[in-house]
Amino acid sequence: MSVFIIRRLLQSIVVVAVMSLLVFFAVNVVGDPVDMLINPEADQAEIEKTMRAFGLDRPVHEQYWFFLSNAVKGDLGKSFIFGEPALKLIVERMPATLELAFAALLLAVVIALPLGIYAGLKPDSKFSKTIMAGSILGFSLPTFWVGLMMIMVFAVMLGWLPSTGRGETTSLLGIQVSFLTWDGLRHLVLPALNLSLFKMSLTIRVARAATREVVHQDYIKFAHAKGLSSRRVILVHLLKNIMIPVVTVLGLELGGLIAFSVVTETVFAWPGMGKLVIEAIQNLDRPIIVAYLMITVLMFVTINLLVDVLYSVLDPRVRLQDVKA
Amino acid sequence: MTSARSTLQVEGLETYFFTKAGVVKAVDGVSFAVGRGEVMGLVGESGCGKSVTGFSIMGLVDPPGRIVGGQVLFNGENLLTASEEHMRALRGSRIAMIFQDPMMTLNPVLRIDTQMIETIRAHERIDHASARQRARDALGQVGIPSPDERLRAYPHQFSGGMRQRVAIAIALLNKPDLIIADEPTTALDVTIQGQILYEAQKLCRELGMALIWITHDLAVVAGLADKICVMYAGKIVEQGLVDDVLDHPVHPYTVGLIGSVPSHNPRGQPLAQIPGMTPSLLNLPPGCAFRTRCSRASGICEQEPRLSEPRSGHKVRCFHPCLEGHA
Repeated sequence: MSVFIIRRLLQSIVVVAVMSLLVFFAVNVVGDPVDMLINPEADQAEIEKTMRAFGLDRPVHEQYWFFLSNAVKGDLGKSFIFGEPALKLIVERMPATLELAFAALLLAVVIALPLGIYAGLKPDSKFSKTIMAGSILGFSLPTFWVGLMMIMVFAVMLGWLPSTGRGETTSLLGIQVSFLTWDGLRHLVLPALNLSLFKMSLTIRVARAATREVVHQDYIKFAHAKGLSSRRVILVHLLKNIMIPVVTVLGLELGGLIAFSVVTETVFAWPGMGKLVIEAIQNLDRPIIVAYLMITVLMFVTINLLVDVLYSVLDPRVRLQDVKA
Repeated sequence: MTSARSTLQVEGLETYFFTKAGVVKAVDGVSFAVGRGEVMGLVGESGCGKSVTGFSIMGLVDPPGRIVGGQVLFNGENLLTASEEHMRALRGSRIAMIFQDPMMTLNPVLRIDTQMIETIRAHERIDHASARQRARDALGQVGIPSPDERLRAYPHQFSGGMRQRVAIAIALLNKPDLIIADEPTTALDVTIQGQILYEAQKLCRELGMALIWITHDLAVVAGLADKICVMYAGKIVEQGLVDDVLDHPVHPYTVGLIGSVPSHNPRGQPLAQIPGMTPSLLNLPPGCAFRTRCSRASGICEQEPRLSEPRSGHKVRCFHPCLEGHA
């Protein structure tokens, strides 16, 4: 297993390096940040001064080399707009995004997994059909529209829940979190639900399909034949088997949840990384875009590694091996 | 054949499957009895309803299947009217079942000890350590070497034969009165099959259990069973003591079945076979279901044949039983 992890880590470094190259050059093609940074009436001398200040007068490959050598030291450049290190800006916003993403993931597991199992066990019941129809809606409705509707209904019309910001935060191990205060929790509900909707629908469908398959396996019938209670058959024998596909999908989706919470964060004015990066894209704030993408890549790589390790815990038949490519 | 002391007495059992295409009479009026220490072979081709009979006794018929008639008397108590909770308490404790494919019966993600201990603790208030001890003893009983280590293993670390032994050990854990074995050796090598049969017979005799051995393999029944029931299209067509039925088969289907065993055929000759195919159980026409494949069939076979007893203890459901030569 340790050989497996080491090899995967080495592969990850390659992925990150290739990604840095792609990201850096892609961002350079998108547009010229100088146009955004200076006064439109500035003269040529001023433009050149600004370009020099940000190192934009150098050839691209030199800029990349400069970026790479700093990145290895943990410096991903300074934001053009804020004048602060990009990494610091992102890391400051990260807890908000992570909190939102994990809250959404938790909702998907706690709500959608039981619903999916139910729909798989009783495929012909009315309730199951309602669940499945609901999951199709969850798939098809665009996140931003659902978010707006949620604000309309729960914040504006009913006035039950706040619609913007994180609310009151407390410090947990030096990180600001919302979910420990009542006010923060109330602020978290709508965005988390909104972000979770798609994942819930996905989890319901995966859990249902897996349940439908597993429930007809001989070992489930054998478990019944052993005189086990239905509760134990479902919670132990069935659940442990369907967790393999569910973890695969949720693991892959967790990265997406973090990286693409942009829409939800914008709708609910959630002060997370997504909102920061949207602004950075609008302002062509290259260091932030690059730093954000690099962190996202790192996160995906880490999550995938964790999912692989989790497999071997869930399914004893999976042995993490040094797979030859 | 039906004595008051039978462990299991099945009377006119009917299990139908209500599918969209129509009603499938998978088990249609099956009656038999098994007593303590007795082994009954339930023989028939695939799809003749022998497995469904087993599941009906266990109360584990999956929808759209439903038991629509008959009685299943287990130690004198009718299981068909028993509550689900009572059935759960009987399953795995008084009545155990062994399945056909050992590769599929054990849960792949749970360790053997978990799967054994839960079987004990579902029926008895007993601490974990003593349950484990009993699981270990049961593994030893079915001939698994170093049971202590093997308890910690996962099913995929066992061979097919070993897995079936584990499944048998699980069935034996609570010393049941009745074991229903649904083709338990079909998926195994002949040598392993021989060992398992030997163990099963020994355990059955020692522990005084009743055993129903469902199979399509006549050779297995010949060596193992005391009684035999031959099923065809949901009905028992012939039943009796194993030697009577196998040596002097009376129903044309049984005759054909025995004739199809390759070792009965002279070398170099084409193998004997029963012409045609098992009929679809869906909307089966009335009368003898075997008549379309039977060389002895006549007009009367379009009526439902009754069970007759041409010899004592040997019953047959046929208008034209093969009684020539040894009546």
